[in-house]
Amino acid sequence: MNPANYLILAALLFTIGTAGVLVRRNAIVVFMSIELMLNASNLTLVTFSRLHGTLDGQIMAFFVMVVAAAEVVIGLAIILSIFRTRRSASVDDVNLLKY
Amino acid sequence: MSSLVTAAGELTSTSTGEAVTFWILAPVAVLAALGMILVRSAVHSALLLVANLFCVAVFYLLQQAPFLGFVQIIVYAGAIMVLFLFVLMLVGVDSSDSLVETIRGQRLGAVIFGLGFAGLLVFPIGSAIDGVRGDGLETANTGGNVQAIGRLLFSQYVFVFEAVSALLVVAAIGTMVLGHRERDGGPVGQREWMRRRFASGGQVTPLPGPGVFARHDSADTLGLLPGGGRASGIGGIPGIESPEPAESPEPPANDGDSALAGAAGKGVAGKGVVGKGDEQ
Amino acid sequence: MTHTPVHYAAASGAFSLSWLLIALPLAGAAVLLLGGRRTDRFGHLIGTAAAALSFVVGVVLFAAMLGRSGEDRAVSQHLFSWIPVNGFQVDVGLLVDQLSIVFVLLITGVGTLIHIYSIGYMAHDPARRKFFAYMNLFLASMLLLVLGNNFLSLYAGWELVGLSSYLLIKFWEYKPAAATAANKAFYMNRVGDVGLAIAIMLMFATVGSTSYADVFGAAAANVIGYGTISAIALLLLLGACGKSGQFPLQAWLPDAMEGPTPISALIHAATMVTAGVYLIVRSAPIFNESQAARTVVVVIGAITILLGCVIGCAYDDIKKVLAYSTVSQIGYMFLAVGLGPAGYAIGIMHLLAHGFFKAGLFLGAGSVIHAMDDDQDLRHYGGLWRYMPITWATFGLGFLAIIGFPGLSGFFTKDRIIETAFDKGGTSGYLLGAVALLGAGITAFYMSRLFLMTFHGRPRWSGEGEDARHPHESPPTMTGPMIILAIGSTFAGGLFVLGHSMQNWLEPVAGEGVEGVHTFSPIVLTALTLVVVAGGCAAAWLRYQARPVEATARPDAEVTLVTVAARHDLFANTLNETIAMRPGQFLTRFLVWLDLVGVDGLVRGSAAGIGGLSGRMRRLQTGFVRSYALSMLGGAVLMVGALLLVWGG
Repeated sequence: MNPANYLILAALLFTIGTAGVLVRRNAIVVFMSIELMLNASNLTLVTFSRLHGTLDGQIMAFFVMVVAAAEVVIGLAIILSIFRTRRSASVDDVNLLKY
Repeated sequence: MSSLVTAAGELTSTSTGEAVTFWILAPVAVLAALGMILVRSAVHSALLLVANLFCVAVFYLLQQAPFLGFVQIIVYAGAIMVLFLFVLMLVGVDSSDSLVETIRGQRLGAVIFGLGFAGLLVFPIGSAIDGVRGDGLETANTGGNVQAIGRLLFSQYVFVFEAVSALLVVAAIGTMVLGHRERDGGPVGQREWMRRRFASGGQVTPLPGPGVFARHDSADTLGLLPGGGRASGIGGIPGIESPEPAESPEPPANDGDSALAGAAGKGVAGKGVVGKGDEQ
Repeated sequence: MTHTPVHYAAASGAFSLSWLLIALPLAGAAVLLLGGRRTDRFGHLIGTAAAALSFVVGVVLFAAMLGRSGEDRAVSQHLFSWIPVNGFQVDVGLLVDQLSIVFVLLITGVGTLIHIYSIGYMAHDPARRKFFAYMNLFLASMLLLVLGNNFLSLYAGWELVGLSSYLLIKFWEYKPAAATAANKAFYMNRVGDVGLAIAIMLMFATVGSTSYADVFGAAAANVIGYGTISAIALLLLLGACGKSGQFPLQAWLPDAMEGPTPISALIHAATMVTAGVYLIVRSAPIFNESQAARTVVVVIGAITILLGCVIGCAYDDIKKVLAYSTVSQIGYMFLAVGLGPAGYAIGIMHLLAHGFFKAGLFLGAGSVIHAMDDDQDLRHYGGLWRYMPITWATFGLGFLAIIGFPGLSGFFTKDRIIETAFDKGGTSGYLLGAVALLGAGITAFYMSRLFLMTFHGRPRWSGEGEDARHPHESPPTMTGPMIILAIGSTFAGGLFVLGHSMQNWLEPVAGEGVEGVHTFSPIVLTALTLVVVAGGCAAAWLRYQARPVEATARPDAEVTLVTVAARHDLFANTLNETIAMRPGQFLTRFLVWLDLVGVDGLVRGSAAGIGGLSGRMRRLQTGFVRSYALSMLGGAVLMVGALLLVWGG
């Protein structure tokens, strides 16, 4: 098997994550879709690391994970505080900033 | 791990074992991802994402990245997803999405652009796959993957590492700021909490998940009619009567009508009680 | 320059004071305008004194000129350098010669008399001081016009008298008719002034100078082509027509009678409106070179004579009748000066005589209007001779002078014009002479009509009742000037003709009057003229004295077509409106439309387009995060596609 198949898999997962962001209204699910996209890019990084024979890609993936953790924490806190004031976790309900 | 790779240095194709594992787990990962965005319940989505993350973790292991693989399982599938589920529970598990699209053209656009994006990414990769040459990580991983990563992390990437650490600290503080609620007045005791919770007469628990009917009627599992309406006034707790709006404010002239309305209401409540009795 | 400029003697002695002529009334105007209300009590005295002093200076200069030999009588005085540009030197200087001194005496003399008259006439007007200030300004401007030694100075005076005229016509600016009349006068004068301005530019372009000396020298030396000089002459004529109310620019002059009557007398009868005649006589060397231009001048003069006479018969407004009489009399002057060297002096003579009798007539009319409580309608007068004998006598002398009663001014001057017209010879001579003769007859008719309807016949006003009239003789400040002008009207003509004194006097300026072959012997022609005039008077007697006059004019439906046309100024206003005003309005409307739709449309359209586009594009900002995400994805797809196209080939 060609190791580049991992890249195709990552592309598919990334696209699915994108679709999730676009079609789901629950902010938490949207957030999970974003995590899926991050994971897909991490898989790409690890695959390239292997193909290149250096560990820099893995290091990068590691940092992505750390940043994703920070992001999740903040993001969920924001979702919670919005939910607290509006009793809703739907991203479509937060649409006051418009024309 | 190194046993999975047949030859050091030049890498044009992987071992059979890896291929088999990949071809089993790749469909699982894709299906889990698809399921995640398609199921109605957010909890199911989270669980499907966990499955996907596990698959990806295995792919990391397959690709000579054991450190990342385990971090993925521990941090991602473990900590982060628990956090997700925790927030889900906090928000209310009954807030399952309706999958009816409300923004015109959004779904069509998502499909078109999504397929276009996938096509643009996949087909060039697919056509470029032939003759891809890789080096393998045997040399880099000499002395252990974790040690190698640690060496890089604390030498070449030490400043990035420190910056990311600072980011984590900031995120922690930020979460506290966001989650903090200013208390008006002094500390509130348990008695006061309970009074507030029940005196308002509203919903005292998170809403039950959909499809939970009036098989029980308690404070945590309300007796619901098939249409989702409430069977009794306030959770059926004995001794706490919800104020009946039809009874109190009406003038005596309409006495007969209000008495009828009140009887009807009581009839409904009675049914709930009967149902409860049957269950018992 | 290949030609030698005309020689003028240098100023010395009394002539070095000639600038005082202009400076005195100008100072009077300045004092009265800048002094404001403080000069209200004695302003009229200052104004009159300035005019009178100016007249004294004029007399002194005249005496000094008489003391000189014919060669040195034309005196040019350099005052200061006005526009010193490399190739364009305009010096302001004064030219005191035989022609201008005559005008100086007329302007300051009649001007002074009318100043005195105005003291009484404007006694009850709260703005009398301003009136005198404007009159002084007019005197200064008019003197600048006639005294300048180059065309540019003349032009400056020309415009300034236009301004004074405008200010004085609209002196009672709260009357809409007066304000409109002032604007009309101003606009129509502009038409003529443009002609004068272009003529001056042409002179500068061809001769390189605008001074009389250079231009006339060049004209006499035949260095200017016939076409150019004809163009200059015709453009000068256009300016003259505008200022003098000649066909086709005559329509403003009758309307200008909305101004106070002294103004009608001074500016719109005696002096300013004759500036056109002055311009033509002053430019005699130019007109002498162009037969075509002279022909146009006589044609215009002839048309205007008849036009003024015919319309004069139809009006019932005393001042309008006099105004059209002025138009017609200036037509006589144009006819005379258009006849070339033979007529210049005669034209000027008629101008001077006209200045006297028309000023006198207007002052008399003012006196009558004053007595009749500002009613100007002839049909409301009648039998006034009993109540205001001095006015009756002075007006009567003016009346006799204008119709050419033997022995009075008009008899000498108008008869000479008719005679000169016939003497031109050929068919055109007969035609012009006939027109002039006919004009004399009609003049006699309408002036008699005016006189009889005003002073004789049954009174058509009542001394009792709601609008009771109490006619009375005017105060001495008014009757005095009238008496003096009546004397002038009586004797001036005879004085001019006596021994060809005026022709000899003006000979250096206007050229030698060629004594043509007489078509008719003067005796026969005089008799013929007298018969025609007597016929006119008799017709008026039969019509307006022998039969009672209606107190109201008959409506248009009951009178002949000619009368209707005459009542409507022979449709001159309609003509102006059709030819000039309506197309102008259409052009303006079109331009406004073009501006609104074209220019503004472009500006507003682009603004509205961008606004509309923004309004539409604003809708993209839905507030839905997922929409934004979708557009981001679209962008990403495009980017990736573009990258693949560039790199992937």
